[in-house]
Amino acid sequence: MKKNIIISGVGGQGILTIATVIGTAALSEGLELKQAEVHGMSQRGGDVQSHLRISSNPIASDLIPEGKADIIISIEPMESLRYVNMLHKKGGWLVTSMNPFNNIANYPPIEDVLNAIWKLPHYVTIDANRVAKDLGSIKAANIVVLGAASPFLDIKYESLEKAISSIFSKKGDDIVQLNLKALKAGKDYADERT
Amino acid sequence: MQKLLLLGDEAIAQGAIDAGISAVYAYPGTPSTEITEYIQVSKDASAKKIKSQWSANEKTAMETAIGMSYAGKKSLVCMKHVGLNVAADAFINSAITGANGGLVVLSADDPSMHSSQNEQDSRFYGKFALIPVMEPSNQQEAYDMTRYAFELSEKYGTPVLLRITTRLAHSRAGVKREAEVPQNKMKLSSDLQQFVLLPSIARKQYNMLLDKQELFEEDAMQSGFNKFFPAKDKSLGVIACGIAYNYLLENYEDGKIPFPVLKVSQYPVPRKMVEKLYEMVDEVLVLEDGYPIFEELLRGYLNKGKTIHGRMDGSIPRAGELNPNIVGKALGLEISEGFETPGVLAGRPPQLCQGCSHTDSFTALNEALEPYSRGRVLSDIGCYTLSALPPLEAINSCVDMGASITMAIGAADAGLFPVVAAIGDSTFTHSGMTGLLDAVNQKAPITVLLNDNATTGMTGGQNSSAFEKVDDIVRGVGVEEAHIRIIIPLRRNHEENVKVFQEELEYKGVSVIIARRECVQTLARRMKLKMMEKREAKA
Repeated sequence: MKKNIIISGVGGQGILTIATVIGTAALSEGLELKQAEVHGMSQRGGDVQSHLRISSNPIASDLIPEGKADIIISIEPMESLRYVNMLHKKGGWLVTSMNPFNNIANYPPIEDVLNAIWKLPHYVTIDANRVAKDLGSIKAANIVVLGAASPFLDIKYESLEKAISSIFSKKGDDIVQLNLKALKAGKDYADERT
Repeated sequence: MQKLLLLGDEAIAQGAIDAGISAVYAYPGTPSTEITEYIQVSKDASAKKIKSQWSANEKTAMETAIGMSYAGKKSLVCMKHVGLNVAADAFINSAITGANGGLVVLSADDPSMHSSQNEQDSRFYGKFALIPVMEPSNQQEAYDMTRYAFELSEKYGTPVLLRITTRLAHSRAGVKREAEVPQNKMKLSSDLQQFVLLPSIARKQYNMLLDKQELFEEDAMQSGFNKFFPAKDKSLGVIACGIAYNYLLENYEDGKIPFPVLKVSQYPVPRKMVEKLYEMVDEVLVLEDGYPIFEELLRGYLNKGKTIHGRMDGSIPRAGELNPNIVGKALGLEISEGFETPGVLAGRPPQLCQGCSHTDSFTALNEALEPYSRGRVLSDIGCYTLSALPPLEAINSCVDMGASITMAIGAADAGLFPVVAAIGDSTFTHSGMTGLLDAVNQKAPITVLLNDNATTGMTGGQNSSAFEKVDDIVRGVGVEEAHIRIIIPLRRNHEENVKVFQEELEYKGVSVIIARRECVQTLARRMKLKMMEKREAKA
């Protein structure tokens, strides 16, 4: 088993939480893991990404080679496109929120962004903000997107649930339940469409 | 023991804790900040009473560590690569004094300049200082080598430089801990002149350092961190330094590299190992993240030996960080490609946060400067450097920590008036105070905008050495009371603030406008903590 995962978004959107959940789940299954993060200057409202590699064998590089990512998980649609050069041409999945984070003057029309995504062979686009809001808080949008990506991760769904329970436990049971629902809603959405 | 999932930075921190340090001394700087932060919140470290407060700058950090070494205890000093420039005087001389207690200097390089002004290679400093350098390739080695660096330091009585790059600093993997080594008891050197670098003593000490060079090389042969891997195909030999080894390995699915490989992680690189590889192969490829230091050595000035490939012959780009594809291309392998990046994509540069005080400071400054020609704001290093970009486009320089004030003096000397120096509180106490003293002594006609947001913001909100001291320092340095102006950078104070700027810009002496409002990030963090405490108290 080997999965190369790119997680992308804008600084402050919670991509590291996604990485932590997948990482914790992978470790609980006894997998090897390497996860390269972006810290520092770029975190200030700029584009950020994390390279997450999980494997049943030792992993050499902290960075995923170009064209070798099995999946891009993005909390922002335009940011998902920034890394399509990394995506595997055969069988690579792009899973992204449809909700733009517009903090730049020249953000392109969202239809153009979505149309570029929809040209790819394998994608899931989800209105994560709406789904999360319906469940109680827009803050869970990142976990909704993770849920939509969960069918392609080769990690047991229960392992992701356990990881969420342990990671969010500090914040109280309400938050744990919200995020578990968010994960499920994302997964159901992806299952219906693929 | 179960593996810990640690960033490279955290692995170094844990390694240092387990190696028995009594203190870590550091100034925040990406990508090195998380080492000290890890020690600050580590339960192990607090149980062992390991000191971990931030220093005012890298030089004071380095000197404090030399002091601890003088007294016989172990300490780690951490900084980003350009921080080593600030600490260089103390660092280079620490090689001459040698170490009593273990002294390890961590410098985190930033090839590709993700968060830096340059991509200088700290290994140069190691060679310059004539001390051993360790360069781990992964998180486990980061842990192991930190521990070994302390052993090495005490074995040979020398400081040791530990060099990592951004990629390792900020990448996580499983790390296995080893048994803990106790801290040292205080014990001065048997030679009480060891740290007295008077010429007569320094000459003796320097010769001792030169005599150790052979031992350092011998150690790099024996320690096991430099490894030779034989292989059948002798058409090429590969020398892979530090993290570059991972990228090499990544290019061969089964991990079997067809060429002989020398994996380098400890310097000075043993000549015997290099010779062995060089003699058996037709050509050599050198892979190193950063400057082509080893490649240049191997090639020699006249380049009359075997063909050496690397950054200097274009096999690898001269600038920027390595990655698996760059290394694959240098090996002549077929490189995988993903999808074409669509044209619709727009850039998203970092920017000041919503509600940031700097936005209000510079909006007011911009308006006050409107009557004058452009190019009058010399600035410094911090979040506020982002105001060079649209929409503010407010500043015209960013060179090194503290350069705003001193550059403004020079520009004023050349006739630029009015001229502004913009600097943050943490940068001010790092290296700005002395420049302000110069300005006062010369009655330089400059206006200093001191953005006091009560934190070291850009690196994530560490405690600022300037906290609640800015006014007293400015006064103490000798700025006239009438020209120390305190403003609150808020939109609703805009008109008032513009007026203050206008008045001080016209003053032909030193004025300091302190723009004081807490960083929105640290404020939010404080509020969140408060709420959590309240919730816990209720429960």
